[in-house]
Amino acid sequence: MDRLALRIANRLVGNDEDAAALETTLKGPKVEFETEALIAICGGDLSPKIADVSVPLWRALRVQAGTSLTFGTLRSGARAYLAVAGGIQVPPILGSRSTYLRARIGGHEGRALRAGDEVPIGAPGDVSRRIMGAVPDDTGPMSFALTSRRLRAEVTRSFYDRAVVRVIAGNESKLFDEAARAAFFESTFEISASSDRMGYRLGGRKIEADARGEMLSRPVVTGSIQVPGGGEPILLMADRQTTGGYPVIADVISADLHLVAQRKPGDKIRFEKVTIEDSQDALRDLGSRIEQLTQELDDDLD
Amino acid sequence: MTLGEDAGEGTLARVRSAIELLETGAPLGIVEVVAGFATVAVHYDPRLVTYRSFAAEVSSLLADAATAPTPKPRLIEIPVCYGDDLGPDLDVVAEHADLEPEEVIEIHCGRNYLVHMIGFAPGFPYLGGMSERIATPRRDSPRKTIPAGSVGIAGSQTGVYPIETPGGWQLIGRTPARLFRPDRDPPSLLRPGDLVKFVAIEAEEYEVRGKGES
Repeated sequence: MDRLALRIANRLVGNDEDAAALETTLKGPKVEFETEALIAICGGDLSPKIADVSVPLWRALRVQAGTSLTFGTLRSGARAYLAVAGGIQVPPILGSRSTYLRARIGGHEGRALRAGDEVPIGAPGDVSRRIMGAVPDDTGPMSFALTSRRLRAEVTRSFYDRAVVRVIAGNESKLFDEAARAAFFESTFEISASSDRMGYRLGGRKIEADARGEMLSRPVVTGSIQVPGGGEPILLMADRQTTGGYPVIADVISADLHLVAQRKPGDKIRFEKVTIEDSQDALRDLGSRIEQLTQELDDDLD
Repeated sequence: MTLGEDAGEGTLARVRSAIELLETGAPLGIVEVVAGFATVAVHYDPRLVTYRSFAAEVSSLLADAATAPTPKPRLIEIPVCYGDDLGPDLDVVAEHADLEPEEVIEIHCGRNYLVHMIGFAPGFPYLGGMSERIATPRRDSPRKTIPAGSVGIAGSQTGVYPIETPGGWQLIGRTPARLFRPDRDPPSLLRPGDLVKFVAIEAEEYEVRGKGES
């Protein structure tokens, strides 16, 4: 859901950006590391702790074998990502290690993790080993040690502090009259309780499509905002379908999807329209910033 | 890109042709091609190419599109137990069409359907050629969960849900056949260009076949 947090967490521990990691939503598990590990937790603040000591987010840390990580109160955001050097090594299905809950495939047995599950971690790569090498083996009385590999608070804030989510006009935006489009952009929606990885239902003002005609099913994208006949918009997310038949009024830009991923039921959300060019510039900027950050982190290693 | 105004065979041929040209032409930045009934989406990586230049290259690739040769269609029979708990909206469809439920079933089973696209969910077939007589609008509010194997109608389209998902279609029956098996290659039972025939079965046969398919 929050690919930005996943990418950064992986980079912090020296993995490829798309190595498999754990996503935990609203509440976190208790995880025991059976072998020594280099980990990082990014995204929402679910109060991670090791032996009752708060563990910082957005920072790589080395944990000893036998260490347990727990989570507590949700302080901000909605979901956190735990990356481990070496990546989570569940068997890929259809080319991916992700879990697809709806079809019950992928990840760990196609389902959410339960107490007692054991999850295999791969061997740390070169970069990961160098990061671990920079931290003393003996972590003293603590079972973990912080590395200097981290994102500063103002940097993470700069990624997440945008209040209004940017969208481009949807393929069917012309099926909505001016009043409906104005209503959409003026509204502050509330993310309803019946929201999940497939999509968020947006409660509040109802939005009316001009042409109530049935549409032939057509492709949609992550971030597409569909408006069914009932008028309650649906913002499609990671587990979305590939196609749909409800008119799409707008698409959240790729560079802002992480903002949506860190909203939870009860949170508010508003949208503003930008051009395709703006959206591509934003994505390119985001990519450059991540590259630059990673470069700085790697330079510090040398 | 929109390649037609309807869900006819001509449109399907253009869609399949476009897919073929895009997948072989492989313009720089292309990630995936997803087909709708009359629309094709080309997913691309904007870090490799801008929207404008990618759109231009796609247009020029498709400019001289000729219909690609289509392989012979397969005929696949899909057994369906209609109505009651397995088809809770059969009466809604019947009422909308001013027909008896039995007549709706007869019409639904009465012709072969062309698989236009697989989408919405893994293995989900979009079928063309349904009689307008039983066309029924989608529900105003989608159901939050629809059982796997459900057979439905939405507007002029009919289809089968291969996995449990939310959806807004009117449900008229259920099939014990499994349309999506990730261990199979390809994982989808149906392919664009296939012909599908629905065959009505009774509840007992549905139970028996269901056990056989698992």
